[in-house]
Amino acid sequence: MLDRLLSFSRALREAGVPVSVSEDLDAVRSLEHIDWLDRDVWRSALAATMIKSDAHRPAFDMLFELYFGTSPSADDSSPEEPAEPNRFMAELTDALGSGDGGALGELAERAVDQFGRVEDSPSGNLFFEYPIWRAIDTGSLARPGDDQTFESTVANDEFERRLAEWRRRVQAEVRRRVARRRGAEAVARYSIRPLPEDLAINTATADEIKQLRRSVQPLARKLATRLSLKHRKSRHGRLDMRRTVRRSLSTGGAPFDLVERKRAPHRPELFVLCDVSDSVARFARFSLMLVHALAWQFTRVRSFVFLETIDEVTRLFEREDFMDAVARINAEANVVNFDPHSNYGASFEEFVERYNSDVSSRSTVLVLGDARNNYRSSKVDALKEINASAHKTYWLNPESRSDWDTGDSLASVYASCIDDMAEVRTLRQLERFIALRL
Amino acid sequence: MSSQPSHPPHFTDATDVVARLAQTGYLADDDIATIVFLADRLSKPLLIEGPAGVGKTELAKSLASLLGVELVRLQCYEGVDETKALYEWNYKKQLLRIQAGGGSWDELTDDIFGEPFLLERPVLRALRSVDPVVLLVDEVDKLDYEAEALLLEVLSDWQITIPEMGTVRTTRPPYVVLTSNNSRELSEALKRRCLYLFLDYPTPEREKAIVRERVPQVSEALGERLVAVVNSIRDLELKKAPSIAETIDWAQTLVHLGAETLDDATLRRTLSVVLKFQSDIERARNHLIGTVSR
Repeated sequence: MLDRLLSFSRALREAGVPVSVSEDLDAVRSLEHIDWLDRDVWRSALAATMIKSDAHRPAFDMLFELYFGTSPSADDSSPEEPAEPNRFMAELTDALGSGDGGALGELAERAVDQFGRVEDSPSGNLFFEYPIWRAIDTGSLARPGDDQTFESTVANDEFERRLAEWRRRVQAEVRRRVARRRGAEAVARYSIRPLPEDLAINTATADEIKQLRRSVQPLARKLATRLSLKHRKSRHGRLDMRRTVRRSLSTGGAPFDLVERKRAPHRPELFVLCDVSDSVARFARFSLMLVHALAWQFTRVRSFVFLETIDEVTRLFEREDFMDAVARINAEANVVNFDPHSNYGASFEEFVERYNSDVSSRSTVLVLGDARNNYRSSKVDALKEINASAHKTYWLNPESRSDWDTGDSLASVYASCIDDMAEVRTLRQLERFIALRL
Repeated sequence: MSSQPSHPPHFTDATDVVARLAQTGYLADDDIATIVFLADRLSKPLLIEGPAGVGKTELAKSLASLLGVELVRLQCYEGVDETKALYEWNYKKQLLRIQAGGGSWDELTDDIFGEPFLLERPVLRALRSVDPVVLLVDEVDKLDYEAEALLLEVLSDWQITIPEMGTVRTTRPPYVVLTSNNSRELSEALKRRCLYLFLDYPTPEREKAIVRERVPQVSEALGERLVAVVNSIRDLELKKAPSIAETIDWAQTLVHLGAETLDDATLRRTLSVVLKFQSDIERARNHLIGTVSR
């Protein structure tokens, strides 16, 4: 059991979940107190002692199934009844409609058994996920609600939630069967999804974008704290009478040490310039999320979006809902004249002309974009001018460093005239950038 | 490493936790029950993270009430330091003592840094309490990094060092619950010392049970419908998704209005109970009722 537990914790570490030795020890110590034959209790106990963030829970659950899951029943037997997708889908629709957990579990096993089996292999049956989804088209299942009323909307939402849950069960079932044949370690290695902080933002799925969204708020807070600490120049403030008297007691009532109130931290002005072209659409979405999150943390954030030319969108984020703000940026920002491709040069020039007088030594400028200028003039001087007016100028590039300067990318041209350009494809990289540079 | 508990355990097993929490009106699932049980057995603090209003603070209160002990609460905010969390010297009283004079210098210094001049703050109080207590450190993510470090000595060794007096230890560690809204990442050191529980929105079945536990007048059918609607709303991208607390509020509102079912008209009238932003209300209404019937 101990060996199994330790190889489980090794698998967690390989998946990027930081499990320290003291957490291993806690897990082992919890063994004395619980009935580890009860799998649910066992799982809860391991989760409590080994993982320290909800972002790590999906990886934990998946690996737990592999390492400590019950072995599937009928495995090598051939299906007792011929697979009939239509009848199966009818049963599935019923079970999803009523939300019967037991029936859904049984259907997940049967789906894998009947549709996921690929025979004719020397080592016995193999199971895959893709033939299942080919046989069962979940998109074409009859939804319970069929009109625009409130009742059918709620019923449909419920149906979709159960369906998503059922698909996860099928996936877990496939993994379990493969694990039985190939060993948990092998399956663990290839079926692990990257943790949210390691997801490449530009290629994230809708689900992953949701996870990313949840991580943005804490990140924005860190960004704000670090910046303001750095900008807090003077520590002198007004005399703090109470503390001065309190401290004077150690010197017999004579106030040797004067204690001053700390000044409220100076919050820097932030200018965020954000590319919203198609080539960086996902990143743009994420950047806007960050801009939005930051707008709540700073006293003053001015946001700009650009394609062919630049426009200020700060007003959209003032007491606005995030989704509305994003929708309205596309509708209202005046950034396209003829051609929806980014033109960094022209945008920087426009920025200098219209807004640069507002950029001061208290301002930090952040440019978010891939520096792909579609073979137009770079207008480096404009960026140099912005850099000269601002306290610091940073550039966050969502492309992998190896792709910089390929094709129409002007990454190093622009990087040479600002404080730093960083590759920021994932949240972890963004965090590192903040820790190092800001 | 913290020592094994020297006190008799509070619970026999996780099932016992579920049963006794249920008596206080708190419905726990497997994760909650197991972690509450383990926190007691391993003498480790319990760190609970999750969205607002899913019952993090409530769990600590329920624990205190089922154990029949006092709940000592430290509400965290930016700017909490040792004088607000651990202890403070009562300097006014110390000043008075100095001005009153009398005694030699040595006597005086011994005197003013003694027990009568010490003001206990929540953490020290929990540690020195003769009777067992539950210490709730609420919204620990609001603390500054420096203040978070103050808690480390307490959480791992159950002691506080007061330079003028020495180290205060306890033989009987309090049951510690820390809650966090996840507004920032807590330090690794703090997390390592705790057992971690992420409290998410409950499953529809559990949420229905909670609603009916808190608002018994709600019928089975209405409860089910209410929870389905709330879950639909949670799937939308909102500024503030409705929590369990808001579902319960909603159930209460419906009971007061005498509504037997949740239909278009009732929904329209009462949506503002679950959602706190105008833009959220509009989005939910568009999704649920649609633009057709508006």
